[in-house]
Amino acid sequence: MGIISRGFGGRRRDSSPDLPPGQYLTHDFPVLSAGPTPRIPLDRWSFSIVTETGEKHSWNWDEFTALPAEEITVDIHCVTKWSKLGTGWKGVSLDTLFEDVESAADYAMAHSVGGYTTNVPVEDLLDGKAWIAYEFDGEPLHPEHGGPARLLIPHLYFWKSAKWVNGLRMMPEDEPGFWEAAGYHMYGDPWSEQRYHGD
Amino acid sequence: MVRAAVPRRLTWRVATVVDTRQETSSARTLVLDVPDWPGHLPGQHVDVRLTAEDGYTAQRSYSIASAWPSDDGGQVELTIQRLEDGEVSPYLADVVAKGDQIELRGPVGGWFVWREKQPAPVLLIAGGSGVVPLMAMIRARGLARGRQPFRLIYSVRTPEDVCFADELRRRVRDDPGLDVHFVYTRKAPEGSPVPPKRIDVAAVNSHGWPPDFQPDCFVCGPTSFVETAADILVALGHDPKRIRTERFGGA
Repeated sequence: MGIISRGFGGRRRDSSPDLPPGQYLTHDFPVLSAGPTPRIPLDRWSFSIVTETGEKHSWNWDEFTALPAEEITVDIHCVTKWSKLGTGWKGVSLDTLFEDVESAADYAMAHSVGGYTTNVPVEDLLDGKAWIAYEFDGEPLHPEHGGPARLLIPHLYFWKSAKWVNGLRMMPEDEPGFWEAAGYHMYGDPWSEQRYHGD
Repeated sequence: MVRAAVPRRLTWRVATVVDTRQETSSARTLVLDVPDWPGHLPGQHVDVRLTAEDGYTAQRSYSIASAWPSDDGGQVELTIQRLEDGEVSPYLADVVAKGDQIELRGPVGGWFVWREKQPAPVLLIAGGSGVVPLMAMIRARGLARGRQPFRLIYSVRTPEDVCFADELRRRVRDDPGLDVHFVYTRKAPEGSPVPPKRIDVAAVNSHGWPPDFQPDCFVCGPTSFVETAADILVALGHDPKRIRTERFGGA
Protein backbone atom coordinates (compact mmCIF):
# COMPACT_ATOMS: atom_id res chain seq x y z
CA MET A 1 0.00 0.00 0.00
CA GLY A 2 1.22 3.48 -0.82
CA ILE A 3 1.67 6.38 1.55
CA ILE A 4 -1.49 7.98 2.88
CA SER A 5 -2.37 11.31 1.30
CA ARG A 6 -3.62 13.38 4.25
CA GLY A 7 -7.21 14.44 3.74
CA PHE A 8 -7.82 12.43 0.60
CA GLY A 9 -11.09 10.50 0.74
CA GLY A 10 -11.75 9.71 -2.88
CA ARG A 11 -15.11 9.46 -4.55
CA ARG A 12 -15.56 5.71 -4.54
CA ARG A 13 -18.08 6.23 -7.30
CA ASP A 14 -15.78 4.21 -9.49
CA SER A 15 -15.64 1.00 -7.52
CA SER A 16 -16.68 -1.73 -9.88
CA PRO A 17 -15.36 -5.26 -10.27
CA ASP A 18 -15.12 -4.49 -13.99
CA LEU A 19 -12.54 -1.76 -13.40
CA PRO A 20 -8.87 -2.76 -13.73
CA PRO A 21 -6.40 -1.44 -11.13
CA GLY A 22 -5.63 2.27 -11.34
CA GLN A 23 -8.56 3.03 -13.67
CA TYR A 24 -11.59 5.26 -13.15
CA LEU A 25 -14.95 5.29 -14.92
CA THR A 26 -15.83 7.86 -17.51
CA HIS A 27 -19.15 8.27 -19.26
CA ASP A 28 -17.94 10.39 -22.11
CA PHE A 29 -15.56 9.11 -24.76
CA PRO A 30 -12.25 10.97 -24.53
CA VAL A 31 -10.11 11.23 -27.63
CA LEU A 32 -6.37 10.65 -27.44
CA SER A 33 -4.21 10.81 -30.53
CA ALA A 34 -0.67 11.85 -31.23
CA GLY A 35 -1.50 14.16 -34.13
CA PRO A 36 -4.23 15.68 -36.26
CA THR A 37 -7.26 13.58 -37.14
CA PRO A 38 -7.05 12.28 -40.72
CA ARG A 39 -10.20 12.34 -42.85
CA ILE A 40 -10.18 9.25 -45.05
CA PRO A 41 -12.63 9.09 -47.97
CA LEU A 42 -14.31 5.68 -48.19
CA ASP A 43 -13.39 5.30 -51.86
CA ARG A 44 -9.72 5.59 -50.88
CA TRP A 45 -9.98 3.30 -47.85
CA SER A 46 -8.35 -0.12 -47.84
CA PHE A 47 -7.22 -2.67 -45.31
CA SER A 48 -4.56 -5.26 -45.95
CA ILE A 49 -2.76 -8.09 -44.20
CA VAL A 50 0.80 -8.68 -45.39
CA THR A 51 2.36 -11.98 -44.35
CA GLU A 52 6.00 -12.64 -43.49
CA THR A 53 6.48 -14.00 -47.04
CA GLY A 54 5.15 -10.78 -48.56
CA GLU A 55 1.77 -12.17 -49.58
CA LYS A 56 -0.85 -9.43 -49.46
CA HIS A 57 -4.58 -9.76 -48.75
CA SER A 58 -6.51 -6.55 -49.34
CA TRP A 59 -10.08 -5.33 -48.99
CA ASN A 60 -11.61 -2.09 -50.18
CA TRP A 61 -14.50 -0.51 -48.27
CA ASP A 62 -17.25 -2.29 -50.21
CA GLU A 63 -15.53 -5.67 -49.96
CA PHE A 64 -14.82 -5.10 -46.29
CA THR A 65 -18.33 -4.09 -45.26
CA ALA A 66 -19.74 -7.01 -47.25
CA LEU A 67 -17.93 -9.43 -44.91
CA PRO A 68 -19.90 -10.95 -42.04
CA ALA A 69 -19.85 -8.45 -39.16
CA GLU A 70 -20.44 -8.87 -35.45
CA GLU A 71 -22.03 -6.56 -32.92
CA ILE A 72 -20.15 -6.60 -29.66
CA THR A 73 -20.42 -4.91 -26.28
CA VAL A 74 -17.10 -4.54 -24.50
CA ASP A 75 -15.32 -2.57 -21.79
CA ILE A 76 -12.41 -0.38 -22.90
CA HIS A 77 -9.47 0.79 -20.81
CA CYS A 78 -7.16 3.67 -21.74
CA VAL A 79 -3.66 3.81 -20.27
CA THR A 80 -4.36 7.44 -19.32
CA LYS A 81 -6.60 5.93 -16.61
CA TRP A 82 -10.14 6.21 -17.98
CA SER A 83 -12.29 3.17 -18.57
CA LYS A 84 -15.62 3.02 -20.31
CA LEU A 85 -17.87 0.05 -19.67
CA GLY A 86 -20.38 -1.55 -22.02
CA THR A 87 -19.42 0.18 -25.26
CA GLY A 88 -21.20 -1.07 -28.38
CA TRP A 89 -19.37 -1.66 -31.63
CA LYS A 90 -19.90 -3.33 -34.99
CA GLY A 91 -17.01 -4.76 -36.90
CA VAL A 92 -15.38 -7.65 -38.69
CA SER A 93 -13.67 -10.24 -36.52
CA LEU A 94 -9.99 -10.77 -37.23
CA ASP A 95 -10.84 -14.49 -37.36
CA THR A 96 -12.84 -13.73 -40.52
CA LEU A 97 -10.01 -11.71 -42.06
CA PHE A 98 -7.38 -14.36 -41.28
CA GLU A 99 -9.42 -17.24 -42.77
CA ASP A 100 -7.40 -17.40 -45.99
CA VAL A 101 -4.14 -15.97 -44.65
CA GLU A 102 -1.17 -18.35 -44.47
CA SER A 103 1.12 -17.17 -41.74
CA ALA A 104 3.25 -18.72 -39.03
CA ALA A 105 4.19 -15.38 -37.49
CA ASP A 106 3.59 -14.91 -33.78
CA TYR A 107 3.30 -11.12 -33.92
CA ALA A 108 1.64 -8.45 -36.03
CA MET A 109 2.32 -4.74 -36.41
CA ALA A 110 -0.83 -2.71 -36.94
CA HIS A 111 -0.32 0.24 -39.28
CA SER A 112 -2.49 3.34 -39.51
CA VAL A 113 -2.98 6.26 -41.85
CA GLY A 114 -0.67 8.98 -40.52
CA GLY A 115 2.12 6.58 -39.59
CA TYR A 116 0.97 5.22 -36.23
CA THR A 117 1.97 1.64 -35.43
CA THR A 118 1.39 -0.76 -32.55
CA ASN A 119 2.52 -4.35 -32.02
CA VAL A 120 0.22 -7.21 -30.97
CA PRO A 121 0.77 -10.95 -30.51
CA VAL A 122 -1.25 -12.87 -33.09
CA GLU A 123 -2.93 -14.94 -30.39
CA ASP A 124 -4.46 -11.71 -29.05
CA LEU A 125 -6.00 -11.01 -32.45
CA LEU A 126 -7.68 -14.40 -32.94
CA ASP A 127 -10.39 -16.50 -31.27
CA GLY A 128 -12.96 -13.74 -30.96
CA LYS A 129 -10.67 -11.30 -29.18
CA ALA A 130 -10.26 -8.56 -31.82
CA TRP A 131 -12.16 -6.78 -34.58
CA ILE A 132 -11.80 -4.10 -37.21
CA ALA A 133 -14.67 -1.92 -36.01
CA TYR A 134 -16.51 0.57 -38.22
CA GLU A 135 -19.56 1.45 -36.11
CA PHE A 136 -19.85 2.81 -32.58
CA ASP A 137 -23.24 3.04 -30.82
CA GLY A 138 -24.97 2.18 -34.08
CA GLU A 139 -23.38 5.08 -35.97
CA PRO A 140 -20.50 5.13 -38.45
CA LEU A 141 -17.30 5.51 -36.46
CA HIS A 142 -16.34 9.21 -36.26
CA PRO A 143 -12.91 10.23 -37.58
CA GLU A 144 -11.74 11.44 -34.15
CA HIS A 145 -12.45 7.98 -32.75
CA GLY A 146 -10.55 6.31 -35.57
CA GLY A 147 -13.15 6.11 -38.32
CA PRO A 148 -13.78 4.89 -40.95
CA ALA A 149 -12.40 1.84 -39.13
CA ARG A 150 -10.16 1.06 -36.20
CA LEU A 151 -8.65 -1.99 -34.63
CA LEU A 152 -10.54 -3.05 -31.49
CA ILE A 153 -8.70 -5.22 -28.97
CA PRO A 154 -10.64 -4.50 -25.79
CA HIS A 155 -8.67 -6.81 -23.50
CA LEU A 156 -5.51 -4.69 -23.95
CA TYR A 157 -4.98 -0.99 -23.15
CA PHE A 158 -6.71 1.06 -25.79
CA TRP A 159 -3.56 2.37 -27.50
CA LYS A 160 -3.33 -1.13 -29.02
CA SER A 161 -6.72 -0.53 -30.70
CA ALA A 162 -5.13 1.47 -33.51
CA LYS A 163 -7.27 4.24 -34.97
CA TRP A 164 -7.49 4.70 -38.77
CA VAL A 165 -5.99 1.23 -39.16
CA ASN A 166 -5.11 0.29 -42.71
CA GLY A 167 -3.12 -2.88 -42.34
CA LEU A 168 -1.43 -5.61 -40.36
CA ARG A 169 2.11 -6.70 -41.11
CA MET A 170 2.97 -10.16 -39.81
CA MET A 171 6.25 -10.38 -37.89
CA PRO A 172 8.18 -13.47 -36.75
CA GLU A 173 9.65 -11.45 -33.85
CA ASP A 174 8.06 -8.87 -31.57
CA GLU A 175 8.98 -5.27 -32.38
CA PRO A 176 7.90 -2.08 -30.62
CA GLY A 177 5.37 0.19 -32.30
CA PHE A 178 4.92 3.93 -31.79
CA TRP A 179 4.10 4.18 -28.07
CA GLU A 180 6.01 1.01 -27.21
CA ALA A 181 9.21 2.65 -28.51
CA ALA A 182 8.41 5.64 -26.29
CA GLY A 183 8.40 3.74 -23.03
CA TYR A 184 5.01 2.07 -23.01
CA HIS A 185 4.60 -1.64 -22.30
CA MET A 186 5.10 -4.11 -25.17
CA TYR A 187 1.90 -6.04 -24.29
CA GLY A 188 -0.36 -3.75 -22.23
CA ASP A 189 -2.65 -5.91 -20.10
CA PRO A 190 -4.84 -3.57 -18.02
CA TRP A 191 -5.55 -6.23 -15.38
CA SER A 192 -1.82 -6.58 -14.67
CA GLU A 193 -1.44 -2.80 -14.98
CA GLN A 194 1.20 -3.11 -17.72
CA ARG A 195 1.35 0.59 -18.54
CA TYR A 196 5.07 1.23 -19.02
CA HIS A 197 8.29 -0.65 -19.66
CA GLY A 198 8.98 -3.08 -16.88
CA ASP A 199 5.49 -3.00 -15.32
CA MET B 1 9.55 8.62 -35.12
CA VAL B 2 10.51 8.29 -31.52
CA ARG B 3 13.92 6.91 -30.67
CA ALA B 4 13.56 4.43 -27.89
CA ALA B 5 15.09 5.63 -24.68
CA VAL B 6 16.91 3.15 -22.52
CA PRO B 7 14.04 1.29 -20.91
CA ARG B 8 14.02 1.56 -17.17
CA ARG B 9 11.38 0.65 -14.72
CA LEU B 10 9.16 3.42 -13.55
CA THR B 11 8.83 3.09 -9.81
CA TRP B 12 6.51 4.97 -7.51
CA ARG B 13 8.36 7.75 -5.72
CA VAL B 14 7.29 9.75 -2.72
CA ALA B 15 7.05 13.45 -3.52
CA THR B 16 6.87 16.08 -0.78
CA VAL B 17 5.02 19.34 -1.35
CA VAL B 18 7.55 22.07 -0.57
CA ASP B 19 5.55 25.01 -1.89
CA THR B 20 2.27 25.90 -3.58
CA ARG B 21 1.38 28.83 -5.84
CA GLN B 22 -2.13 29.88 -6.73
CA GLU B 23 -2.11 30.51 -10.51
CA THR B 24 -5.80 31.35 -10.98
CA SER B 25 -8.92 30.85 -8.88
CA SER B 26 -9.09 27.27 -10.16
CA ALA B 27 -5.47 26.34 -10.83
CA ARG B 28 -2.62 25.80 -8.42
CA THR B 29 1.02 24.86 -8.83
CA LEU B 30 2.54 22.26 -6.54
CA VAL B 31 6.31 22.45 -6.12
CA LEU B 32 7.43 18.92 -5.30
CA ASP B 33 10.66 17.61 -3.91
CA VAL B 34 11.24 14.19 -5.45
CA PRO B 35 14.40 12.49 -4.20
CA ASP B 36 16.46 10.89 -7.00
CA TRP B 37 14.26 12.36 -9.71
CA PRO B 38 15.91 11.23 -13.00
CA GLY B 39 15.01 14.45 -14.81
CA HIS B 40 12.49 14.94 -17.61
CA LEU B 41 11.91 16.52 -20.99
CA PRO B 42 9.47 19.41 -21.44
CA GLY B 43 6.08 18.01 -22.42
CA GLN B 44 6.32 14.82 -20.40
CA HIS B 45 3.87 13.93 -17.66
CA VAL B 46 3.74 11.96 -14.44
CA ASP B 47 1.23 9.58 -12.96
CA VAL B 48 0.03 10.67 -9.53
CA ARG B 49 -1.34 8.19 -7.00
CA LEU B 50 -3.33 9.19 -3.95
CA THR B 51 -4.13 6.76 -1.16
CA ALA B 52 -6.94 7.25 1.37
CA GLU B 53 -6.63 6.06 4.95
CA ASP B 54 -8.52 2.85 4.23
CA GLY B 55 -6.23 1.98 1.32
CA TYR B 56 -8.49 3.21 -1.50
CA THR B 57 -6.32 4.62 -4.27
CA ALA B 58 -6.87 6.84 -7.29
CA GLN B 59 -4.46 7.59 -10.12
CA ARG B 60 -4.37 10.38 -12.69
CA SER B 61 -1.83 11.74 -15.17
CA TYR B 62 -0.62 15.36 -14.99
CA SER B 63 1.73 17.27 -17.24
CA ILE B 64 4.93 18.58 -15.72
CA ALA B 65 5.02 22.39 -15.76
CA SER B 66 8.67 22.91 -14.89
CA ALA B 67 11.77 22.50 -16.99
CA TRP B 68 14.64 20.35 -15.82
CA PRO B 69 16.85 21.14 -14.06
CA SER B 70 14.42 23.59 -12.49
CA ASP B 71 15.58 27.09 -11.63
CA ASP B 72 15.84 26.19 -7.97
CA GLY B 73 17.32 22.72 -8.39
CA GLY B 74 15.86 19.21 -8.14
CA GLN B 75 12.16 19.94 -8.05
CA VAL B 76 9.17 19.01 -10.14
CA GLU B 77 6.24 21.37 -10.57
CA LEU B 78 2.72 20.31 -11.46
CA THR B 79 0.03 22.88 -12.25
CA ILE B 80 -3.39 21.41 -11.58
CA GLN B 81 -6.66 22.80 -12.84
CA ARG B 82 -9.59 21.94 -10.57
CA LEU B 83 -12.34 20.02 -12.36
CA GLU B 84 -15.54 20.58 -10.39
CA ASP B 85 -16.68 16.96 -10.56
CA GLY B 86 -13.18 15.56 -10.44
CA GLU B 87 -12.00 13.06 -7.88
CA VAL B 88 -8.31 13.91 -7.73
CA SER B 89 -7.91 17.46 -9.05
CA PRO B 90 -9.93 19.17 -6.26
CA TYR B 91 -7.65 17.54 -3.70
CA LEU B 92 -4.48 18.64 -5.50
CA ALA B 93 -5.81 22.12 -6.30
CA ASP B 94 -7.36 22.91 -2.89
CA VAL B 95 -6.48 20.49 -0.09
CA VAL B 96 -2.91 19.26 -0.24
CA ALA B 97 -0.54 21.53 1.69
CA LYS B 98 3.13 22.18 2.26
CA GLY B 99 4.73 19.15 3.90
CA ASP B 100 2.16 16.66 2.58
CA GLN B 101 3.24 13.74 0.47
CA ILE B 102 1.86 12.21 -2.70
CA GLU B 103 3.20 9.43 -4.87
CA LEU B 104 4.20 9.81 -8.46
CA ARG B 105 5.99 7.94 -11.16
CA GLY B 106 7.51 9.10 -14.37
CA PRO B 107 8.50 10.87 -16.41
CA VAL B 108 6.18 9.40 -19.06
CA GLY B 109 5.94 10.18 -22.75
CA GLY B 110 8.45 10.59 -25.55
CA TRP B 111 6.36 12.03 -28.35
CA PHE B 112 4.81 15.25 -27.08
CA VAL B 113 8.19 16.66 -26.08
CA TRP B 114 10.37 19.50 -27.30
CA ARG B 115 14.06 18.77 -27.52
CA GLU B 116 16.40 21.75 -27.41
CA LYS B 117 18.50 20.29 -30.24
CA GLN B 118 15.58 20.71 -32.66
CA PRO B 119 16.44 23.87 -34.62
CA ALA B 120 12.97 24.44 -36.12
CA PRO B 121 10.80 27.35 -35.00
CA VAL B 122 8.09 26.24 -32.61
CA LEU B 123 4.38 26.99 -32.50
CA LEU B 124 2.61 26.21 -29.25
CA ILE B 125 -1.20 26.26 -29.15
CA ALA B 126 -2.81 25.95 -25.73
CA GLY B 127 -6.43 25.57 -24.75
CA GLY B 128 -6.97 26.34 -21.05
CA SER B 129 -4.88 24.09 -18.82
CA GLY B 130 -3.30 22.69 -21.98
CA VAL B 131 -0.77 25.46 -21.46
CA VAL B 132 1.00 23.44 -18.77
CA PRO B 133 3.26 21.16 -20.86
CA LEU B 134 3.80 24.03 -23.32
CA MET B 135 4.98 26.24 -20.44
CA ALA B 136 7.50 23.54 -19.63
CA MET B 137 8.80 23.90 -23.20
CA ILE B 138 9.01 27.70 -22.91
CA ARG B 139 10.88 27.34 -19.62
CA ALA B 140 13.22 24.71 -21.08
CA ARG B 141 14.04 26.99 -23.98
CA GLY B 142 14.81 29.78 -21.53
CA LEU B 143 16.99 27.50 -19.46
CA ALA B 144 18.93 26.30 -22.52
CA ARG B 145 19.09 29.86 -23.89
CA GLY B 146 17.60 28.40 -27.03
CA ARG B 147 17.43 30.65 -30.05
CA GLN B 148 14.61 28.82 -31.80
CA PRO B 149 11.79 31.33 -32.23
CA PHE B 150 8.77 30.34 -30.14
CA ARG B 151 5.20 31.49 -30.54
CA LEU B 152 2.44 30.62 -28.11
CA ILE B 153 -1.24 31.03 -28.94
CA TYR B 154 -3.07 30.66 -25.64
CA SER B 155 -6.85 30.34 -25.60
CA VAL B 156 -8.60 31.12 -22.30
CA ARG B 157 -12.12 32.06 -21.26
CA THR B 158 -11.24 35.33 -19.51
CA PRO B 159 -8.08 37.28 -18.57
CA GLU B 160 -8.48 35.95 -15.01
CA ASP B 161 -8.03 32.38 -16.30
CA VAL B 162 -4.49 32.94 -17.59
CA CYS B 163 -1.96 30.72 -15.85
CA PHE B 164 1.62 31.98 -15.46
CA ALA B 165 0.49 35.47 -16.52
CA ASP B 166 3.30 37.43 -14.84
CA GLU B 167 5.98 35.00 -15.92
CA LEU B 168 4.78 35.02 -19.53
CA ARG B 169 4.76 38.83 -19.54
CA ARG B 170 8.28 38.92 -18.15
CA ARG B 171 9.59 36.33 -20.58
CA VAL B 172 8.08 38.09 -23.59
CA ARG B 173 9.53 41.40 -22.41
CA ASP B 174 13.04 39.98 -21.93
CA ASP B 175 13.17 37.60 -24.87
CA PRO B 176 12.76 38.80 -28.46
CA GLY B 177 12.46 35.18 -29.59
CA LEU B 178 9.22 34.55 -27.71
CA ASP B 179 5.76 35.84 -28.64
CA VAL B 180 2.48 35.17 -26.88
CA HIS B 181 -0.95 35.85 -28.32
CA PHE B 182 -4.07 35.40 -26.19
CA VAL B 183 -7.42 34.30 -27.56
CA TYR B 184 -10.23 35.16 -25.13
CA THR B 185 -13.33 33.07 -25.66
CA ARG B 186 -15.78 34.64 -23.15
CA LYS B 187 -14.45 37.96 -21.94
CA ALA B 188 -11.71 40.08 -23.47
CA PRO B 189 -9.62 42.48 -21.39
CA GLU B 190 -10.74 46.11 -21.00
CA GLY B 191 -10.13 48.05 -24.20
CA SER B 192 -9.45 45.00 -26.31
CA PRO B 193 -9.90 45.76 -30.01
CA VAL B 194 -11.46 42.34 -30.67
CA PRO B 195 -14.56 40.84 -29.05
CA PRO B 196 -14.28 37.39 -27.40
CA LYS B 197 -14.16 34.55 -29.89
CA ARG B 198 -12.88 31.04 -30.23
CA ILE B 199 -9.59 30.20 -31.92
CA ASP B 200 -9.98 30.44 -35.68
CA VAL B 201 -8.02 30.39 -38.93
CA ALA B 202 -7.29 34.11 -38.67
CA ALA B 203 -5.72 33.80 -35.22
CA VAL B 204 -3.50 30.88 -36.21
CA ASN B 205 -2.62 32.47 -39.53
CA SER B 206 -1.69 35.83 -37.98
CA HIS B 207 0.03 34.62 -34.83
CA GLY B 208 1.51 31.28 -35.85
CA TRP B 209 4.29 30.56 -38.34
CA PRO B 210 3.83 30.16 -42.08
CA PRO B 211 3.87 26.47 -43.05
CA ASP B 212 6.95 26.98 -45.25
CA PHE B 213 8.97 27.79 -42.11
CA GLN B 214 8.30 24.13 -41.23
CA PRO B 215 7.70 24.82 -37.55
CA ASP B 216 7.21 22.08 -35.00
CA CYS B 217 3.67 22.49 -33.72
CA PHE B 218 2.49 21.38 -30.30
CA VAL B 219 -1.23 21.57 -29.54
CA CYS B 220 -2.63 20.77 -26.10
CA GLY B 221 -6.03 21.23 -24.51
CA PRO B 222 -9.50 19.72 -24.36
CA THR B 223 -10.39 17.37 -27.19
CA SER B 224 -12.66 19.70 -29.16
CA PHE B 225 -10.14 22.53 -28.96
CA VAL B 226 -7.28 20.32 -30.13
CA GLU B 227 -9.36 18.93 -32.99
CA THR B 228 -10.18 22.48 -34.13
CA ALA B 229 -6.64 23.82 -33.81
CA ALA B 230 -5.03 20.80 -35.49
CA ASP B 231 -7.57 20.97 -38.33
CA ILE B 232 -6.74 24.67 -38.82
CA LEU B 233 -3.01 23.90 -38.98
CA VAL B 234 -3.57 21.16 -41.57
CA ALA B 235 -5.87 23.44 -43.58
CA LEU B 236 -3.21 26.17 -43.56
CA GLY B 237 -0.76 23.72 -45.09
CA HIS B 238 1.24 22.48 -42.11
CA ASP B 239 2.64 18.98 -42.46
CA PRO B 240 0.50 16.70 -40.24
CA LYS B 241 3.69 14.88 -39.23
CA ARG B 242 4.99 18.06 -37.61
CA ILE B 243 1.83 18.58 -35.56
CA ARG B 244 1.97 16.90 -32.19
CA THR B 245 -1.16 16.84 -30.10
CA GLU B 246 -2.10 16.05 -26.57
CA ARG B 247 -5.74 15.94 -25.66
CA PHE B 248 -7.04 16.16 -22.13
CA GLY B 249 -9.91 13.79 -21.54
CA GLY B 250 -11.78 12.45 -18.56
CA ALA B 251 -12.07 13.97 -15.12
